[in-house]
Amino acid sequence: MITKTALSILALGIAATAGAQAQQITGAGATFPAPVYTKWGEAAKTAIGLELNYQAIGSGGGQNQILQRTVDFGASDAPMSAEKLESGKLLQFPTVMGAVVIIVNLPGVEMNQLKISGEMLADIFEGKIKKWNDPQIVEMNRGVTLPNLPIAPVYRADGSGTTFVYTSYLASVSPEWKEKVGAATSVKWPAGAGAKGNDGISATVRNTKGAIGYVENAFATQNKLTTIQLRNKAGHFVKPSMEAFSAAASSGDWAGAKNFAVNLIDRDGEKSWPIVSVTFIELPKDPKDGERSANVIKFFDWSYKNGSALATSLEYIPLPAAIQDVVRTAWHTQVVGPDGKPVY
Amino acid sequence: MAASVPAKRSTQLGDALFAGMVRAAGIFVLLLLGGIIVVLFIGGLPAFRQFGAGFLISDDWDPVQEVYGAAVPVFGTLITAVLALLMAVPLAFGIAFYLTELAPQWFRRPVGTAIELLAAVPSIIYGMWGFFVIVPIMAEYVQPFIIDNLGDLPLIGDFFQGPPFGTGLFTAAMILAVMIIPFIAATMRDVFLTVPAVFKESAYGLGCTTWEVMRSVVIPYTRVSVVGGIMLGLGRALGETMAVTFVIGNTNRIATTIFGPGNTIASIVALEFPESQSGSLKLSALLALGFILFVISFIVLAISRMLLKPGAKA
Repeated sequence: MITKTALSILALGIAATAGAQAQQITGAGATFPAPVYTKWGEAAKTAIGLELNYQAIGSGGGQNQILQRTVDFGASDAPMSAEKLESGKLLQFPTVMGAVVIIVNLPGVEMNQLKISGEMLADIFEGKIKKWNDPQIVEMNRGVTLPNLPIAPVYRADGSGTTFVYTSYLASVSPEWKEKVGAATSVKWPAGAGAKGNDGISATVRNTKGAIGYVENAFATQNKLTTIQLRNKAGHFVKPSMEAFSAAASSGDWAGAKNFAVNLIDRDGEKSWPIVSVTFIELPKDPKDGERSANVIKFFDWSYKNGSALATSLEYIPLPAAIQDVVRTAWHTQVVGPDGKPVY
Repeated sequence: MAASVPAKRSTQLGDALFAGMVRAAGIFVLLLLGGIIVVLFIGGLPAFRQFGAGFLISDDWDPVQEVYGAAVPVFGTLITAVLALLMAVPLAFGIAFYLTELAPQWFRRPVGTAIELLAAVPSIIYGMWGFFVIVPIMAEYVQPFIIDNLGDLPLIGDFFQGPPFGTGLFTAAMILAVMIIPFIAATMRDVFLTVPAVFKESAYGLGCTTWEVMRSVVIPYTRVSVVGGIMLGLGRALGETMAVTFVIGNTNRIATTIFGPGNTIASIVALEFPESQSGSLKLSALLALGFILFVISFIVLAISRMLLKPGAKA
């Protein structure tokens, strides 16, 4: 009787496994690239039979999970420190790049009409520039009618890679911000109010006249939010656009970056958008199960080759081909299975 | 297999087994509770060691400098809960009074059921309602009115200045009040119904009005249980996470006005947890906050249990 039941359960299990032919890979981490990973996952399932199970739990969470080896790969927006990669025996490689844009709610001010410099942005988020008709802002925006409204800075209340990117930018343009506040996934905001997630920021900005906030570019485009122009390092005002993001991406010093931790914030170049960043994957160099890691690499190799159009459609910037090749070399040489041979 | 064993022995064995299992279940609950406290305390220990007693009174929360203090979230938690009680208790009392003394019989059941249903609404629903309905109203009408009329006053004007976000301690307290009204009202109604009819009839017989009966008979008779019910509501208000996170403004500064943004223990833990590295001081500070919230909630619940104990009368 019992044997019979066990047998039938076993048979059922075999049938179920046979039904799901796609092999699973699991990852966890950054929310910022989650939309593009999801799209890649859907496409890869039909193309190469790999099913991606990605949990967007946040960069910090992703790093914790991969250090404890509970997932096949971790994902994070902020690069992991060299020491942590070393001690955790992890290989870090970039996947896509993305931009952070500034959104405002100002009656009478249209899309990409307002111009702001990085230093002023830092002063606004520090609470030093308090009104929209502040002489500094008026001076930079001749011809735009600016209302006499208090500026209401809105920031991400939840720890997030977007905040890391944005505060890195403010810290690089304003020495005072660097000293007083600094850059991290969550910081001690001197002014304003917090909201949860990109959607929380956009809703709060929409509700509050005079509000200013920062969101991922894709989110602003999808929701047709009012963005502004920023002054880049070369002194030019640039509108957020794929062209401006790509210009920043190609100006990065990839060769000099250790663990691919390239800095794309506030780069030179007339057309460069100043707030662009790379998002990363962390993969064990000493996988217990070589096949699973091989599948992860297979997935990202496929995504490098075939996922660019998908990434661009979501307004992420694909990795330059030259960098893809450097990453491929790293996969072949650095990820070694239990048998001592490279897994891929 | 079991068929060969005499039926009687099987019953005794079953009894013993069952008794053992339910005892284990009971002990399990105790172990679970103790385990949670211990884990939170051990997790929070590095933060307690690092900052000492200053952890409780420091209002600094700076993840970049790795300096953490509990004052802002503890203050936010207590002030929103107390404000919520101030709003909820009179309303809940009104509901319970109406339902037990004034409402027509056919009306009592549907309203009573509605209150119980309200208590079962998931908190995220209240949070979204607050965020998409109440916050815009506050930002559009209430706060600009206050800023315009009180913001220019000498001396105290500064308390009312600043951009009208709509979110803040007061908005959070309002949402919390709506959430705990069903709890308090349901408890009050139930205890009001426990007053023996003969007491009330005697008072009416002496010529008392309905209000006099309520004030001099029902409330004195049920006072302790009513307080217990309020404490239950307070317990929920203290630990509420998602609804508050939506509307409180999530700011780690002590607000200068009750309309200003703030933070509560539960919401800061929910917001910061995903980006906390294991082994970091930040994670420890969050666990320490969890421990503090546990202690506060434990005290509140213990008091309410004590007051709600059957036969406990003032």
